Amino acid sequence: MASPVWDNHLPTQLCFTTERIGVFQPFLATAYSAFHQNVVDNRLQIKLIIMRVKVISRSADEFTRERSNDLQRVSRNYDPKLRPQEKAVEYVRALNAAKLDKVFARPFIGAMDGHIDAISSIAKNPSHLKGIFSASMDGDIRLWDIASRKTVCQYPGHQGAVRGLTVSTDGRVLVSCGSDCTVRLWRIPLASGIESDDSSDKSLATYVWKNAFWAVDHQWEGNLFATAGAQVDIWDHNRSQPVNNFEWGNDTVISVRFNPGEPNILATSGSDRSITIYDLRTSSPARKLIMRTKTNSIAWNPMEPMNFTAANENCNCYSFDARKLEEAKCVHKDHVSAVMDIDYSPTGREFVTGSYDRTVRIFQYNGGHSREIYHTKRMQRVFCVKFSCDASYVISGSDDTNLRLWKAKASEQLGVILPRERKKHEYMEAVKNRYKHLPEVKRILRHRHLPKPIYKAGLLRRTMADAEKRKEERRRAHSAPGSIPRRSLRKNRIIQEIE
Amino acid sequence: MEIHDVSDELEIKVKKYQRGEGADLESLKDKKLKGQLANKEDLFKKSANAAAKAEKWLMQTEEGWLEPDGLEKTWRFSQQSIANEVDVASRKNQFDLVLPDLGPYTLDYTSSGRYMVSAGRKGHLAIIDLHTLKPIKDMQVRETVRDAVFLHNELFFAVAQKKYTYIYNRAGTELHCLKEHGAVLKLQFLKNHFLLSSINKFGHLHYQDITTGQMIGNYRSGLGRSDVLQLNPYNSVLTSGHSGGTVSMWKSTSSAPLVKMLCHRGPVTAIAFHPNGHLMATAGMDKKLKIWDLRKYEAIQTLPGLAKSLDFSQKGMLAASTGSFVQVLATSDSQDYSRYMIHTMAKGYQVNKVLFRPYEDVLGIGHSNGLSSILIPGSGEPNFDSWVANPYETSKQRREKEVRVLLDKLPPESIMLDPTQIGNLRNTKKKEKPTQQETEAEKAAAIAAAKNVPLKKKTKGRSKPSKVTRKKQEGIEQAKRSFVEQNKEDGVMKKKQKRMTDPSELPVALQPFVSRKTT
Repeated sequence: MASPVWDNHLPTQLCFTTERIGVFQPFLATAYSAFHQNVVDNRLQIKLIIMRVKVISRSADEFTRERSNDLQRVSRNYDPKLRPQEKAVEYVRALNAAKLDKVFARPFIGAMDGHIDAISSIAKNPSHLKGIFSASMDGDIRLWDIASRKTVCQYPGHQGAVRGLTVSTDGRVLVSCGSDCTVRLWRIPLASGIESDDSSDKSLATYVWKNAFWAVDHQWEGNLFATAGAQVDIWDHNRSQPVNNFEWGNDTVISVRFNPGEPNILATSGSDRSITIYDLRTSSPARKLIMRTKTNSIAWNPMEPMNFTAANENCNCYSFDARKLEEAKCVHKDHVSAVMDIDYSPTGREFVTGSYDRTVRIFQYNGGHSREIYHTKRMQRVFCVKFSCDASYVISGSDDTNLRLWKAKASEQLGVILPRERKKHEYMEAVKNRYKHLPEVKRILRHRHLPKPIYKAGLLRRTMADAEKRKEERRRAHSAPGSIPRRSLRKNRIIQEIE
Repeated sequence: MEIHDVSDELEIKVKKYQRGEGADLESLKDKKLKGQLANKEDLFKKSANAAAKAEKWLMQTEEGWLEPDGLEKTWRFSQQSIANEVDVASRKNQFDLVLPDLGPYTLDYTSSGRYMVSAGRKGHLAIIDLHTLKPIKDMQVRETVRDAVFLHNELFFAVAQKKYTYIYNRAGTELHCLKEHGAVLKLQFLKNHFLLSSINKFGHLHYQDITTGQMIGNYRSGLGRSDVLQLNPYNSVLTSGHSGGTVSMWKSTSSAPLVKMLCHRGPVTAIAFHPNGHLMATAGMDKKLKIWDLRKYEAIQTLPGLAKSLDFSQKGMLAASTGSFVQVLATSDSQDYSRYMIHTMAKGYQVNKVLFRPYEDVLGIGHSNGLSSILIPGSGEPNFDSWVANPYETSKQRREKEVRVLLDKLPPESIMLDPTQIGNLRNTKKKEKPTQQETEAEKAAAIAAAKNVPLKKKTKGRSKPSKVTRKKQEGIEQAKRSFVEQNKEDGVMKKKQKRMTDPSELPVALQPFVSRKTT
């Protein structure tokens, strides 16, 4: 190849120098100059030309690294002009992120087996993240270590089914109640000294009372716990008899929950299809709400303590504002059989439900439909669920004597994540959310495999609901206008509210 | 005063990062959606502000400029005078390669501006690393070469040779021979879609996906031979200019052009696109250079002059070349293009192609006697983004980038005139009923067509005049019948609608049954 040859045919100009030469203004970093060139020309033209010029000049040192163990240098320019068609690129990334989500979705971590009868209740320890208590229908209470999925210790003692488990505020005492009319208190071993089974007697106290108990719950901050049976009894740790009791009507109370924000308020559900709210400071119940079907369990939202969600027998969950019980805030529909248990995530943004139809579903706190469903061939009727205290895991206890551990986000990567990985995950999540309404992305994100009986049952429910609606419309069309009022679904299931 | 200026500057920058106006939330009735959107808009504002504030620290390199003092015009300054002002490193970018025997040269830069491929008409191919000014590979293919483009990085380039198109390696190895394209006149590479597109001697456009090798599109332009092909970088739409003065815009998934514009009174000689996507410059044999606004499809400026080759720089300067004369036009505040710099070459040199080098203030000129490179202060974007295009890339970074760009490869269906429409709702266009005049015109056209149908002459007495006329009449009746049927259908539909959706006419007992789902 020829070497560079200067082209000498460029037009040139003449000028002469003035005093302005050499005056540099350093802060401008420019060069004032005039150049002079004697070119032999026919006509001697003397012109004065002053100009300032600057061209892009980069030095390679600023953009390359000095040593091979340095990091590579990166320079950024966020100007949208440099990125044409960025929306299309984002869309492609969202599609890929949705597909990867499905590829990595393995929510089931493991099963903890050891019980020999169906699991009736689970309790989590607010001050110890790794442990979980479970109780079964034959009176066996165990403490599990979630990380190794093994039993740490057992608490034998109950004669019949254990109906309720709860842990005290400081995380040292486990309270259990059962259908053998006893309430038992147990000592919880410290985190360090585990694996000691019978070194000391763990039973702290046993209180016998008049009727079988159905549920127990401890105050979030305080020394009292409440049991549910023929009526609601309030107990203190040291007293062998309840310090107080509440009653409204003659039916059994089947579940009880204390409010996380207000330690003196508790909600109970009874077999007369009612939800009652009690205040410990007054000696009478505060409000009662009667619905069309029985509520199996209640959970308060830990971040918005005035709201609670009730898991109902008619396959829906109803979220209420405790101050305004005449209308449900939200109806969460997706299960096809009775919802047995419900628990909120500590973020207050989602809750998990376990149902008689052998599935566990995770709902958004304000969403009408579930965002996730977990099912396994081996998991039978789910009786209790808990969200772990770090909002990453869901534990379900079911009829087939196993406790199962699931991830709350099915495609989450467990373990230690590098900062760059985390940023990438966050980016994928954000770009997926931006385009999740577009048909291709939505189809991929929404797709879940359902077991055939549940799929069929869901279709059947839908046809029945549609038929019901159509008949309602026709009845309304055939009767006098206004004689059949329209009732919203949120109010539809509530019969009445009683003060 | 200064505070106002600073805040105004910041506002302009924030606007740039905001990418358009926010959504109108006042008209929303859904409170939940309104809250969610308000949160999102807040986040967008915050990120635009952060990006605008970070510009001060991130944009290290300053852009170039040329400021004459006094009454002097910028275009009076020659390359030599500029060369005397700038530093040694920048002077290296100004060079002349004299290669007199091997035909007019055409050139292409990689997207980072570091490598250049030059192709002489007589078959001389060379890849040059512009940082070290050393040729990486220099070869002779012994065939007519009409065009050369880089593919996604400097490792591969495609060359349009006499009969077929070939893809070569950086080492000069011939990797592929693409026979389907035919005798190509111009090549273009769509970076985001990995599509190699070409226009050949017969005016056929081809789109080939170079990752899979599949031919995505093969379309006849219908407008004859054309050797003007340019890519709009904003929306990846391919534009070709034809000898009738029309400019047509194509996408890879349809055989009909998206847009056909009549731009000039004679053949179109060159097209160029501004990086912002809504300015197009075209030049024709009618000695006019027009600047078009692509949003309204009208010419906003007409300049006199011929141009064999046009190119826009990253900062919006327009280079035009004819014969041995190259001029660079730039906008001042008036938003009209005016002459900024000129460069005349020696008389015998015929400029074939001008191309701005990305991220540098350099204009590359390919002419009949080799290649030149001149300095145009202020034409290049000074601050590059390492993750978009990095002139100081190591081979490891290049490999990683290749993988990432492949993961983000766009499907060919995403080429559209307005690339911001992705993710938006599609406007449902109601099908307009043709007016009565239009239907009558259609009817007349159908009847005329039926009359002109040539009837086959049959032998053995089967083509008697009476039979021929009868057959012709039947054809005309057939054409008329289709229109009559259509009219009848419309009438029936109208009656049906009238019957159903007029509750006031119905008896009181039947009014609740009026279908709520009106068409």
